[in-house]
Amino acid sequence: MSATMTPDRTTSAPSIGKNARGYIERVRGGDMGALPAVIGLVVLCTVFTALRPSFFTPINFANLFTQGAGIIVIAMGLVFVLLIGEIDLSAGFASGVCAAVLAVTLADHGLPWYVAVVAAIVTGVLIGTALGTLVAKVGIPSFVVTLAAFLGFQGLLLLLVDQGTNVPVRDQVILAISNNNLPPVIGWAVFAVGVGGYAILQLLRARKRVARGLLADPLSLIALRVGGLAVISGLAVYALNLERSRNPALTSLQGMPVVVPIVIVLLLVWTFVLRRTAFGRHLYAVGGNAEAARRAGIAVDRIRISAFVICSGMAAVGGIIAASRAASVDPNTGGSTVLLYAVGAAVIGGTSLFGGKGRVLDAVLGGAVVAVIENGMGLLGYSAGVKYIVTGSVLLLAAGVDALLRKRAAASGLR
Amino acid sequence: MAPVLELRGIDKSFGPVQVLHDVNFSAQAGEVTALVGDNGAGKSTLVKCAGGIYPIDAGQFYFDGKPVQVNGPRDAAELGIEIVYQDLALCDNLDIVQNMFLGRERKRGLVLDEDSMEKLAEETLASLSVRTVKSIRQLVSSLSGGQRQTVAIAKAVLWNSKVVILDEPTAALGVAQTSQVLELVRRLADNGLAVVLISHNMNDVFAVSDRIAALYLGRMAAQVKTADVTHAQVVELITSGRSGELGLHNGSGVAS
Repeated sequence: MSATMTPDRTTSAPSIGKNARGYIERVRGGDMGALPAVIGLVVLCTVFTALRPSFFTPINFANLFTQGAGIIVIAMGLVFVLLIGEIDLSAGFASGVCAAVLAVTLADHGLPWYVAVVAAIVTGVLIGTALGTLVAKVGIPSFVVTLAAFLGFQGLLLLLVDQGTNVPVRDQVILAISNNNLPPVIGWAVFAVGVGGYAILQLLRARKRVARGLLADPLSLIALRVGGLAVISGLAVYALNLERSRNPALTSLQGMPVVVPIVIVLLLVWTFVLRRTAFGRHLYAVGGNAEAARRAGIAVDRIRISAFVICSGMAAVGGIIAASRAASVDPNTGGSTVLLYAVGAAVIGGTSLFGGKGRVLDAVLGGAVVAVIENGMGLLGYSAGVKYIVTGSVLLLAAGVDALLRKRAAASGLR
Repeated sequence: MAPVLELRGIDKSFGPVQVLHDVNFSAQAGEVTALVGDNGAGKSTLVKCAGGIYPIDAGQFYFDGKPVQVNGPRDAAELGIEIVYQDLALCDNLDIVQNMFLGRERKRGLVLDEDSMEKLAEETLASLSVRTVKSIRQLVSSLSGGQRQTVAIAKAVLWNSKVVILDEPTAALGVAQTSQVLELVRRLADNGLAVVLISHNMNDVFAVSDRIAALYLGRMAAQVKTADVTHAQVVELITSGRSGELGLHNGSGVAS
């Protein structure tokens, strides 16, 4: 077994070559990470561009972000529940219920937007607490709890929007989330802060490790990572800043959609929580071996409940984004494909359905794949029926890859 | 010198079944004490009493010669008693450092202090002369059985523990790995810890232990120096509770 050990990048003498070899070995051993999602994205984008050149236009590029954002945010929350080896089938309608709370608070009570947002998120947190308690304390399988909640929340949503009326959202701040763009200068500022901050953090970390006598990533590798991030995000910001109005003289349409920095901040915050805090470490431990976590003195029930709280809380944020995009809330908000797309996004991105493995970034990458399929198939003129079948097949493929990789990883001693 | 861990007159029942009868047991610093006995003799129960997992019905608990109250695993951990269970309790999806500090992570403010944890884990493994793992940042799922055992043991000694109890650490291992783990067990004792080794394997027991404590049907048949007994005598103690002058005698408490 020891022959298949992968040298970790911190141990082998730091060099790009060794890092690359380590990565290849990990991939061969079944630890693909983000690779399938990235390859999928490249292939899908190439195919759609070849078949329908209008796919590769600034306006469609910007559309992808606003189309994918709601799904991505809900998927980010689902990553936490999947990490502990549970599932939340009610996240879609939970987001619908929270969106309805937002809309009703705004429309019927005329309260300011921030009160409505807090009300929506508090609703999500309460939902998560209830689901988590039923799973962790009462011991009902999460599949059943959230399946019941799926139906229950669908009903609750109907009641909240008065048997199917459409509650409009007219608040300018809420509408801005999915419909407005940031001035190009701000887009570049976000880019500079993001890339610069990443570079500084990486360098500081490497320096601290060297000072402590630990093996650190080589400078060349850091440069490569920072450079890669700068090129990809630079191109994205450039494309988003292109004029995409049909008639620029009349109305100018350019810049990063407001929702983009929101998603980036959520990604950074939750990545920090998962990777740099004891709470995040304990989530992985509970997903990997709950009994070991319990013996290590971790309050397993509390970790389980908080995973559901984060999931439903993020569903609330996703609901707010959806309400902003549609400028209204109706009985179908958060319904139909939302949940399956969100679960699909997390799994396609590389989060395991078996628990213990996953990152918040997975939700973003997988969400991008889902958004590209939805958008590209739509442009190609396929009906909703075909879109569902393709997305379902991609989800099945991703779950199949996850299961097969797990087998392979077990055989090679990696996971 | 007073033993680090001493249990006197321990009784323990589960409902109507009395599992331990007036058991005396001690472990000295710098020594490996093997705890042997047939299945159901009460080895695991005794160890779990020492680890504070089961409350004792009667008897005294002495630590470093002083009487103490152990009311839970936390009390035992605070005294410096660590148990390495047979099923190891490691998380496959975490790396070695993460496993060693699981539940007791070092933090600076909110943030995990990865560097100091890595450093300390490295030092602990070095102090045990562990050279079998390539990287302390590799996932536990990539380790062999012996390496996992090593990590579990290193995890137990990380906390300046004074007593380390090992529950059949070699039961699932091959020949080479068994000898590696036994070497490690010996080194723990040489580093000044009191080591309690539960084992069914007489070869292991004789290879590594200084004293042998044999349980027979919930009673302590004998606690003797390994050098003073033969293989056959220990087997007799395990199977019948007595061997010549050693062990339980009628009247001294064998259930009749």
